[in-house]
Amino acid sequence: MNKDTLLIAGKSYNSRLLIGTGKYKDFTETQAAVEVSGAEIITIAIRRSNIGQNPNEPNLLDILPPSKYTLLPNTAGCYSADDAVRTLRLARELLDGHSLVKLEVLGDPQSLYPNVVETLAAAKTLVADGFQVMVYTSDDPIIAKQLEDIGCVAIMPLASLIGSGMGILNPWNLQLIMDRVQVPVIVDAGVGTASDAAIAMELGCHGVLMNTAIAAAQQPVLMASAMKLAVEAGRMAFLAGRMPKKFYSASPSSPTSGLIN
Amino acid sequence: MISVSINGEVRQFDNPISVATLLEQMQLTGKRIALERNGQILPRGQFNQQLLADGDRLEIVVAVGGG
Repeated sequence: MNKDTLLIAGKSYNSRLLIGTGKYKDFTETQAAVEVSGAEIITIAIRRSNIGQNPNEPNLLDILPPSKYTLLPNTAGCYSADDAVRTLRLARELLDGHSLVKLEVLGDPQSLYPNVVETLAAAKTLVADGFQVMVYTSDDPIIAKQLEDIGCVAIMPLASLIGSGMGILNPWNLQLIMDRVQVPVIVDAGVGTASDAAIAMELGCHGVLMNTAIAAAQQPVLMASAMKLAVEAGRMAFLAGRMPKKFYSASPSSPTSGLIN
Repeated sequence: MISVSINGEVRQFDNPISVATLLEQMQLTGKRIALERNGQILPRGQFNQQLLADGDRLEIVVAVGGG
């Protein structure tokens, strides 16, 4: 049997779990969670350096070296296409020309719901500029298809709002997206616990990206481990092909003949 | 005397120093940063040649934890 890998922009990954690095207690916890999760693609944010602070304070890139992980710079906090493009150009310079990025353009600070109009505009500019764009978007299948047509290398619909932990609210829309796009579909945002991740994978999603579900758990490192197993279990169940749901089975698992009368 | 905005904070310099010298003063030499000057990326290779000018706006960014 061929090894089951996740193929994004021509590169294969063994892990289908992608994780973020925000909200952890400290870098030690970040590093431990990343390690046990088995994730190979790790999101990071780009922010102004703190002028005048200790220049020797540890840098995230020291504990998560780009030589070991595929770092995926994001545009979290951007509310316009221009800001997102600007952020990712800085990221590319920071990471020595690395072009695989996560685009997200938000619509409002309370819901953090994506602004798909700005997202489409940013995606066009970035793809034309040579970026390989993994794009966070709503679960609208028409927008997802348009993002693929622009040239995005992965479509990453929300399962529920960022940081909400509400789980997979609309599996049918995820299915509509998967039926329409050829590039990997990765659930990004909304996963709250291991079963949510497993459900996403059982639906046939190619991967799951999460941050808060791990970082905000009582024991983040243990949850990172749980998520690794959940994504693997969900993927295997998808590949195995589940039995059809039936209200009545009328087909017991044990033989119906040879009963002792 | 020139005034330069660095990450939104105005700083004054007696002479038009190079970007490399500025980073050295800020103890950022060799650190993992990216720099934008007046909205344009300034590649690392040009830090030595580029002199700061009055009114320049610099943004210096780093990688931080994020989802």
